[in-house]
Amino acid sequence: MNHFPEAWGRPRDDIYGSYNPQFLPNSHAQQSGHPTTHTQSPIVTGTSVIAVKYKDGVVIAADNLASYGSLARFTDVHRLKPFNKKAVVGFGGDVSDMQYLDRLLNSLDVKENYSHGHDDAESDKALMSAKNLHTYLSKVMYKRRSDFNPLWNALLVCGLSEDGTPFLASVDLLGTTFSAPTLATGFGAHLAQPILRRVVPDEAASKALDKEAAVAAVKECMKVLFYRDARSMNEYSIAVVDKSGVDLKQKEKLEGQSWAFAEQIKGYGTQTV
Amino acid sequence: MASISSFAMPSEAPTYSFAAAQSASGQPRQHGFYPYTDNGGSTLGISGDSFTILAGDTRSTSGYNINTRYAPKLFKLGGSGPNHEGSKIVLSVVGFAADGNALQERLDTIVKMYKYQHGKDISVHACAQRLSHILYNKRFFPYYVHAILGGIDEEGKGALYSYDPVGSYEREQCRAAGAAASLIMPFLDNQVNLKNQYDPNSGPGLEKVQRVPKPLDRTTVEEIVRDAFTSAVERHIEVGDGLQMMIITKDGIEEVYTPLKQD
Repeated sequence: MNHFPEAWGRPRDDIYGSYNPQFLPNSHAQQSGHPTTHTQSPIVTGTSVIAVKYKDGVVIAADNLASYGSLARFTDVHRLKPFNKKAVVGFGGDVSDMQYLDRLLNSLDVKENYSHGHDDAESDKALMSAKNLHTYLSKVMYKRRSDFNPLWNALLVCGLSEDGTPFLASVDLLGTTFSAPTLATGFGAHLAQPILRRVVPDEAASKALDKEAAVAAVKECMKVLFYRDARSMNEYSIAVVDKSGVDLKQKEKLEGQSWAFAEQIKGYGTQTV
Repeated sequence: MASISSFAMPSEAPTYSFAAAQSASGQPRQHGFYPYTDNGGSTLGISGDSFTILAGDTRSTSGYNINTRYAPKLFKLGGSGPNHEGSKIVLSVVGFAADGNALQERLDTIVKMYKYQHGKDISVHACAQRLSHILYNKRFFPYYVHAILGGIDEEGKGALYSYDPVGSYEREQCRAAGAAASLIMPFLDNQVNLKNQYDPNSGPGLEKVQRVPKPLDRTTVEEIVRDAFTSAVERHIEVGDGLQMMIITKDGIEEVYTPLKQD
């Protein structure tokens, strides 16, 4: 007997030999004998995704940068992924997990197209809506967090729900879901969300907002994010989803930047004030 | 998952066949993925003679951020269709919202399956016990939520059950849960169970007579709920935006939404 209660009643190695991990199920140890490893932190990452609902659709945007820590590693990564003509998913966080989810969604889309094979308006109605897609993704994310093997992303799902009303909702690596007239992930939650909420304080305001105003608000936010988020870039993707489908532009450049304020900033770096 | 021990065995002692005791101490454990978060908010339930009221604010937070101003924490269980028509039981969950939704979904399917298999609605008593079992079954990786279940019992009286995350439960007159529970619960003790209230006509000191609580009527309870939440909003940053109330009577569930301060 010793003073370590958690060891009491356990088989001793000097009598029984050490435990043979070969008999563990695959979820605990792979055949190599090494334990299963999970993502403990994201590696190549995308920054904020922002989106706004307006009266007949949703506007969503994310820049085209994938960072490796503080290194701006890839400058042509498209983080807005359209799904079956009706929805767009915006990905923040780990890029390899985004690519996994994108493959998952593509295979889901292929399966869907096999089951309602026709490419016409009537069978389009049977396709998954943005709301269905959000539910699906939230279950995937929650399952993975429950397995302690999270997909390190924050997603915004946007499009139309079955009744044709604009739909915008979010899922993150913990499986937490929520929906609001304006949403922003990552740094955007601090910088863009307050600006977007000034334009669209509630559902009623979003029902009164037109497409041009929504796009303008989103572009303005992308500019503010580029000014202040060190992991952002001036080239971005923007998508408008409405009943006519998805209009995705992947090579937008920020317009009307004004860096005049930068001259006023003193006290950082090598300058002696 | 976190190991049970992080200290090393004395060197002369035998080793044991589980990794935790074998691993060397000294190096700090790398902080990895933590599967929980707190989404703030508060809920509250009060049962009366012929009704039960459940209420919750609709704000969802992460840290100092507001995720959304409308994320309901109250869920109707059973009933038919997407709007749960004919439902007589309400579940409120506060804590980690993803677990809350998963729990609500599981209990909802159970309540529906009960109806399909037995041809009658589940009683609140049975539903309450089933909820306890669901929580207890996951006690080694709990649903990080404080649940409150409300309904009407077999005698037609208001029934209210409250739970901890691992399934301990109790039937009560009133209960506050969530971020502002410590602010609301003492108020409820005083106003519903009349704690620290004495008959003014009774004598001084030891002759003081404690007032006896009796079931409250519906309008009084609604007032108490509203007051509890407007006060909680003033003193707790994670509470606000909207108040969702569900009033369960023998005729069904009435839902009321009133705005709260958004600051």
